[in-house]
Amino acid sequence: MAAIPNTARVEMIEARLPPNQSRGLVGWLRANLFSGPLNSLVSIVTIVVLVRLIWPFLEWSLFDADWIGTTREDCSGEGACWVFISARFESIVYGFYPEMARWRVDIVFAMMALLIAWLAIPRLPAKRWVGLFTLVGFPVVAYFLLVGGSFGLLYVPTREWGGLMLTLTVATVGIVGSLPLGVLLALGRRSKMPLVKGVSVIFIEFWRGVPLITVLFMASVMLPLFVPSEVEFDKLLRALIGIMFFWSAYMAEVVRGGLQAIDKGQNEAGQALGLGYWRRMRLIILPQALKLVIPGIVNTFIALFKDTSLVLIIGLFDLLAIIRAGLTDTNWLGFAMEGYVFAALVFWIFCFGMSRYSQYIERRLHTGH
Amino acid sequence: MSEASAPRSDGEAMIEIQHLNKWYGDFHVLRDIDLTVKRGERIVICGPSGSGKSTLIRCINHLEAHQQGEIVVGGVHMTQDIKRIEQIRRQVGMVFQHFNLFPHLTVFENCCLAQVWVQKKPRREAEKTAMEYLERVQIADQAKKYPGQLSGGQQQRVAIARALCMRPEVMLFDEPTSALDPEMIKEVLDVMVELANEGMTMLCVTHEMGFAKTVADRVIFMDQGQIIEQAPPETFFNNPRSERTQLFLSQILGH
Repeated sequence: MAAIPNTARVEMIEARLPPNQSRGLVGWLRANLFSGPLNSLVSIVTIVVLVRLIWPFLEWSLFDADWIGTTREDCSGEGACWVFISARFESIVYGFYPEMARWRVDIVFAMMALLIAWLAIPRLPAKRWVGLFTLVGFPVVAYFLLVGGSFGLLYVPTREWGGLMLTLTVATVGIVGSLPLGVLLALGRRSKMPLVKGVSVIFIEFWRGVPLITVLFMASVMLPLFVPSEVEFDKLLRALIGIMFFWSAYMAEVVRGGLQAIDKGQNEAGQALGLGYWRRMRLIILPQALKLVIPGIVNTFIALFKDTSLVLIIGLFDLLAIIRAGLTDTNWLGFAMEGYVFAALVFWIFCFGMSRYSQYIERRLHTGH
Repeated sequence: MSEASAPRSDGEAMIEIQHLNKWYGDFHVLRDIDLTVKRGERIVICGPSGSGKSTLIRCINHLEAHQQGEIVVGGVHMTQDIKRIEQIRRQVGMVFQHFNLFPHLTVFENCCLAQVWVQKKPRREAEKTAMEYLERVQIADQAKKYPGQLSGGQQQRVAIARALCMRPEVMLFDEPTSALDPEMIKEVLDVMVELANEGMTMLCVTHEMGFAKTVADRVIFMDQGQIIEQAPPETFFNNPRSERTQLFLSQILGH
């Protein structure tokens, strides 16, 4: 029998850097776009198609467009005429809100931007108090400022609201309302108490099974049939509640997905330490579950934000509706392209912002390996 | 566990279990379990998988509900009442097979959380206690890290510190070394031995027979949901009376 040689390493190998694979722009292009004849062909065709598709749009919307002016006569007709937007800008932002009271909307906008920025930038202190104010104080302040009728402010009924301010109101209330409600419903659906579970399941399945348009129609047409005529519900308020319930059902299912992904050992560890149900949920389970489903939550926020434009079918003039109304202005016939492109751009900016911020938050909250 | 010379097994009963029965559906997991654990007593529970040993210790802090029988922990009778259950849980610390540290919190925060929210300790005091126990398990230098950045052995030591921070009267260990790589088992056992030497009342479900021989006052062998044999370690390992015990011992020690 041959002896198995006995080998042993005497000197250890030192750690070395990996071979350098970044070879500058040319290297990257060669490796990724032009690595072979077929790859090169595909790259060239794609680039040509992209340029041919995008260039005319850029020409129309930027290079040949008219930017300055106040009336239709300032439009050259070669490209887009953004004068249409700038001339109607006030109504696009404020709807029919009385001009003399628009400063109140500005204050609410500014406060909201400030609060969101404060919460979004990690370095700023006192997150807890600012967050509490955003959720509790700010809605009250915003309500009194926007509705008015007290503290000597002019009363502005919600039928005079419109434009971007209405879109943002609906979206903000929808987002801020549907997340906590959705979390409660998700917890309810996983509850061991049959009644709580039953109510949650029925609520979720009802609202998920009905199209949002139907919900809005019901809110505006059917609800008044069921409540006594003395009680007058504001149309916007009804739409807000409908939207909140509708999206909370979706949110509940997203959150439930996250709850199910958490190992039951987490809950047991919390129990063993003597933490009660709500503390376990708040301190242990939900922070992990919500973090897992950030993409799903933000997806729902984005869908909600875009679907706020559906309120136009019950006669509320959101951003899109007010732009559409502008198209029928006899002084400004034929600017539908500009109107819709602008509306799309505004929606896109908000939604893209949410998307990017959520990705940042995901990276920031990453603790595992 | 403050004094090293705490009273040994002759103290009063810490845990009393009488006629405990539990079913999963139709499956009878625990059958007529009677067990009394005295203050300061260290018990190792072993047995083949599925014998109900984990279920038994999980009944003690009501992670599992039982259908029949009496459990009394530190004078508190277990009922379905959540107040009583939480009263018992405050006296009982638990260490799990898979550590179950909270991955979204740092090691330090893992140790402070329940002190602040359950015991309502001021933040300062909780932090002091956390640091004290993290030092005891020799992991204080990792306090600012997240559990996901630690090795299995380190995580389990943190889990022990987290339970000790609540200053429990009893510690339950549910297979604390089973999920560990072999070279990390010792660092966890060392902590457990130290704890045992300080007089902590302990119930350990484990297959570490070396640990049982060194520290246990009593070894309990379970099979098919019942206690088959219990004896001091010398008797248990040298003269097991039941055939099942002999078979089990020959399987885990016999190579």
